[in-house]
Amino acid sequence: MSTSLLSRHGRGPSPRFGPLFAAAALALLVGGFALAFYWAPEDADQGFSQKIFYLHVPIALTAYACFGWGAWKALRLLWTGERRYDLESYTAIHMGLIFGLLTLVTGSIWAKISWGQWWTWGERQLVLFLILFLFYSSYFMLRYSTDPGPRRERNSAVYALFGVVLIPVSFLAVRIAGTILHPTIFTHEGADLPWQMLVAFLVCLAGMLSLAATLYRVELTGKRIDASLRELRELLA
Amino acid sequence: MSTAEKYVTGAYLVLLGSILVYVLIIALKVGRLEEELADVTRAAREKLGG
Amino acid sequence: MNAYAGDVAALARKDLLLEVRSRDTLPAMLLFVVSALTIFHFALPSGSSERAETGLLWIAIVFTALLGLTRAFAAEREGGVLDGLVLAPCDRSAIWLGKTIGLTVFLVLAELVALPAFALFFHPLSWDLVAAVALADIGIASIGTLLAAIAAASRARELLLPLLFLPLAIPVVIGGVGASIASDPGSFLGFLILYDGVFAILSWASFEYVITE
Repeated sequence: MSTSLLSRHGRGPSPRFGPLFAAAALALLVGGFALAFYWAPEDADQGFSQKIFYLHVPIALTAYACFGWGAWKALRLLWTGERRYDLESYTAIHMGLIFGLLTLVTGSIWAKISWGQWWTWGERQLVLFLILFLFYSSYFMLRYSTDPGPRRERNSAVYALFGVVLIPVSFLAVRIAGTILHPTIFTHEGADLPWQMLVAFLVCLAGMLSLAATLYRVELTGKRIDASLRELRELLA
Repeated sequence: MSTAEKYVTGAYLVLLGSILVYVLIIALKVGRLEEELADVTRAAREKLGG
Repeated sequence: MNAYAGDVAALARKDLLLEVRSRDTLPAMLLFVVSALTIFHFALPSGSSERAETGLLWIAIVFTALLGLTRAFAAEREGGVLDGLVLAPCDRSAIWLGKTIGLTVFLVLAELVALPAFALFFHPLSWDLVAAVALADIGIASIGTLLAAIAAASRARELLLPLLFLPLAIPVVIGGVGASIASDPGSFLGFLILYDGVFAILSWASFEYVITE
């Protein structure tokens, strides 16, 4: 019996860094939001409602990062065949979906303030996230409807790779769609950002990424414990 | 509070709420894991006679 | 290289011959697409623009393709042949290419009926639209073969395949409709070529991971 619990599920995220990520998330996120509200200047055109930018865009970029991370882990799974990458990929994509949903919600609120409607097909970021949200929700349907095992792991990994390729392709598609199909009347792209806004934004972005990393580690550890317990149960039955 | 301020606050509250919901779910999960661990420990004791 | 091409040709020929003999997928697709176009007429209030009608054509194409996809591995499943196929001494990706070619042929045949029917029911078509349809067929067949293999592993394959397929089909629809109605279809056709290239390569490379037990 060479498959010890450890080798089957691999080494989890190193416990040394856990508090580091959480502390970073706390400091950067609180600090970033403080900078955004107390220090960064108010936008000339949009006024106070522009402050959502410090929330919405970091969340969106974090979602992309999660999907990318999930695709990287998926690639590692296909490359090396080590089973632990499946849980890591799945958790990353789960994070991505949560942040993706938050992107849609905060984006919708921003649309409401800016243009009076909860949804607009003209806002490219929003449309792109809708497509990705549908895609990654299908990823979950794939996982739920396939029985656990190597087959499900490989299928999920391949689909995760399709997702990450879909991101730039959809971005391009929505872009050219804007030219004639759905004119981009409404857009948040404004003039260059004053440097104070940029700094505040970057701190918020770093904070959001740290938050995602923290939650990812917590969730992954939970899943791994679950898997190990299940295995113990089987061994003792 | 102006309308803009209401919506902006609402958006940040969505983030806060989501994080707290997540913490709640993890707390429930940890509770369940603890129960399962107790079960498995008991089963191990019985089986291995200790 | 020659052996590879030979394998691909053999596999594609097998699928097409199977269809010629059993005649169950293609007639269904043809009937489906004409029924869909008929329903579209009743769904569109009078005075609807040509652009709306063209948009609906693309919906018909996507869903007819979905119908054909669900059948992609049906024959193998029913005959229990899939394991034999996988054990065959050929590159797994050759299976993908053979199936994709077969599927593309199916789609083209279905559209040979669908497009004239559309021109008859609604309005004449441009050559850009035909080119876009051809490009879309390649893309749809490429990802469809792979997704059908993924869905085949699940417990609810008929339900899962459309869910997996539709988000990926969105860029195809954007490219297709854009090419059909824009005054400068070049960028949309170029986009479809990009889509086909990228996803065909990805499907070809990853097929072996989804087909093994």
